[in-house]
Amino acid sequence: MPRQTRRVVISGIGPITPFGLGIEPLWNGLAEGRSMLAPAPTFDSTGFPCPFVGAITRELFDVKSVVPKSYRKATKVMARDIELAVGAAHAAMASAGIVTKSHEPADGRVTIPPDRFGCHIGAGLIAAEENELTAALATAAGPDGRFSLSIWGSQGMQNLTPLWMLKYLPNMLACHVTIIHDCQGPSNTITCAEVSGILSMGESMRVIERGDADACISGGAESKVNLMGLLRQHFAGRMPKAAPGDDPAALVRPFAPDARGCPPGEGGGLLILESEECVSKRGGAALAALEGFGARQSICTDDAGIVPDADGAADAIRAALEDARADLDSIDAIVPFGTGVPELDATERRALHAVFGARAKSIPIVTITPSIGNCGAGAAAVGACVAVECLRRQMLPARLNGAGIGDLDANAAPARSAELNRMLVAFPSFGGQNGAIVLGRTP
Amino acid sequence: MSAPERIVVTGMGWITPLGHDLDTVWSRLMKGESGMAPTTHFDAKTFPTSFAAEVRELDLAKFLPDASRHASAGPNTQFALGAAAQAWKQAGFDRSPPKDPRRVGCYLGAGEGVLDFDNYVGSNLGGWDAAQNKVDGKRWIEVAMQCMDRMREIEQEPNMPLAHLAREFRIRGPAFNCLTACAASTQAIGEAFSILRRGDADVMVSGGTHTMIHPFGVTGFNRLTALSTFKGDPTKASRPFCASRDGFVMGEGSGIVILETLSHASARGATPLAEVIGYGSSADAFRITDIQPEGRGAAAAMTQSLRQAGLDPQSTRPDGRPVVDYISAHGTGTKENDSIESRAVKVVFGELARRIPMSSIKSMMGHLIAAAGAVEFITCVLSIRHGMLPPTINHHDPDPSLDLDYVPNSARKAQVDTCLSNSFGFGGQNDAVVVTRFAA
Repeated sequence: MPRQTRRVVISGIGPITPFGLGIEPLWNGLAEGRSMLAPAPTFDSTGFPCPFVGAITRELFDVKSVVPKSYRKATKVMARDIELAVGAAHAAMASAGIVTKSHEPADGRVTIPPDRFGCHIGAGLIAAEENELTAALATAAGPDGRFSLSIWGSQGMQNLTPLWMLKYLPNMLACHVTIIHDCQGPSNTITCAEVSGILSMGESMRVIERGDADACISGGAESKVNLMGLLRQHFAGRMPKAAPGDDPAALVRPFAPDARGCPPGEGGGLLILESEECVSKRGGAALAALEGFGARQSICTDDAGIVPDADGAADAIRAALEDARADLDSIDAIVPFGTGVPELDATERRALHAVFGARAKSIPIVTITPSIGNCGAGAAAVGACVAVECLRRQMLPARLNGAGIGDLDANAAPARSAELNRMLVAFPSFGGQNGAIVLGRTP
Repeated sequence: MSAPERIVVTGMGWITPLGHDLDTVWSRLMKGESGMAPTTHFDAKTFPTSFAAEVRELDLAKFLPDASRHASAGPNTQFALGAAAQAWKQAGFDRSPPKDPRRVGCYLGAGEGVLDFDNYVGSNLGGWDAAQNKVDGKRWIEVAMQCMDRMREIEQEPNMPLAHLAREFRIRGPAFNCLTACAASTQAIGEAFSILRRGDADVMVSGGTHTMIHPFGVTGFNRLTALSTFKGDPTKASRPFCASRDGFVMGEGSGIVILETLSHASARGATPLAEVIGYGSSADAFRITDIQPEGRGAAAAMTQSLRQAGLDPQSTRPDGRPVVDYISAHGTGTKENDSIESRAVKVVFGELARRIPMSSIKSMMGHLIAAAGAVEFITCVLSIRHGMLPPTINHHDPDPSLDLDYVPNSARKAQVDTCLSNSFGFGGQNDAVVVTRFAA
């Protein structure tokens, strides 16, 4: 049966990762097999069982450099997660060659009519900046020197900036991006941990298919590179044990028998999804076709209720393949979450085997976490950006650290050329939502 | 292209400050009762706002066969489980569960969990280096690793209510959680409707759950001056559309609905309670703190939802009635929201706007933040079924610049066939859903 809806393509990619802003530094870093994991640059992380994180340094990214002058004041009320989304949006628009209000065009002409431009950005649980909050909390000490809720209520809270809470609402990623780029169409904020980026792209795809928008900026971003973020990852059993003297580049070992966890990174990606006719009408280029999307829930039966079962992960992949009307044999490479967290690796491994059978061990796997860590709600969107770039370059990046893996093509390997016509990006998440997309090569 | 599936509501449930079942809450809404009282969840006596509409005496064991499976769950999850169990039962799934769990999805607008305030503050102050004016990471970690609780931190994630619901009701279909602030659960219902219409599931469990009645929640909204600081009887504090309105009153709870394709509902002999026919979503793209003054985004969401429903808002039915019989207002009781929402309704409905009753149950239940849209959607369905409109209470000093019919103070008997439910989020995301009487 032919598709009855509009075809959706990806016309721009804007990853932001510890390698920097945009696809070039990310691709180069992955192709060269470098890892950016290191002790946290802005606070002392050495008290945790693993001190390493994937941070983006100020030298590589300063949000002020990507917002219009008239909007610089607003950067004061951006949590780190929001800064990442604003950066990613800037890179995505540039990649797609789209002019928005942000570019302050002299003739006022923008590429996409604002009411036809949607926005779906996945976000995580944003942590308050400890220094700012604690400076205010410290003013609410009672006569015994201890924190007094009564003093906080009457005086202490006045020491927080009035807009304090607006830094931390997950939908403020989309809020700032829609203001800067004047995207007035359908808008959502998906908060499903690491799969948020894929779920956001799926929702954008449907919005464009059914004609409610011509283009959407879509993906996700998060930073867990802060004390609460690290603590929660530790509590969730995700962090490997490592000493400050260990080699961070060897730490994350997706699918390997000796895998032991993955520290958080900060980052994400926003992509421009567009109807095929909209791209061709404006003379843009399709970097890849978004051929299919699937989402399914796992039932998590571990004590904390957060580890997805393989059935849900496999069902999401099957749903995406069916949506794309893609044969199993047509998938040339896969970008999974690939964290090196043993129970998550087990879920993904079982799902891939359940779907692809004997062929699972010969489909090349792309692994990203050894280089940048787990970017939370931004992770899947980084995966999608990398998959688009693989299709565009007809290359697979290098893989780090895999050794002794017999049932998946995931052992360490250098970057190489490959004929890639169709790729799968499939992520499970903390809490059991699973999502998958199928991307196709475009001429 | 084949016509999309028709989508019906087959189950509803809620846990609210006015009670824990459909009938009790509905009758209290009809009587114009308020759920507001001095805050008890924490000592808020010195806060600018020291009252709220709290959920009281929730006992999950009344709703679930084995509530102990969710012993570590936070309040958002508990509210959602209680509400979902009612909806599941009303849909008849407790006796005869859906055959294929992969065709049952879930789309929630659930908020972030409640922060472990004392231990979080303790860790921050324990790590505070006053001389350097910053938190010492090593000291913070030492204190936090000692006092913070693993499960409480895990339960903070906004997708955890969804994880619990999936486990309890064996949901394996498409599953999402969105958090577009105060618009979240209207958005969730709209997106669940879209997933069903497309044929990607047969059944969707949808709605929202949230509490922000905790020290940082109240701090945040107090600093934004969004909360009412009314001095006097808290039941008089929430005054949407009044001249003296001074902000919203925080509520908490959950509303959950079962949405289903008509073909699936018919095949199993389920009774449709109402039909969802339209959904619209937009962004203000204006300013982080202000709503676009003409209500551009709000109007766009309403217009889109009505267009999808096949309704021309500026026309009338053959009997002369407007095409919409009731608007469930976002109606928070802030100066800005109520004027701009009223303006946007006039932009959409033109001259007919004054003839369409529009009330705010936030005057009674408070603002359930992410869960507000879901309880308001349920109220719309009940209005259709009972032929009654809930009032906007405390409407004693009408704002002369607001001239719509806000159903002041008393519930009203009315022929209600089609309702529009509005939700607008801080940050500018707007959603609207159209629900109508089901006719085979």
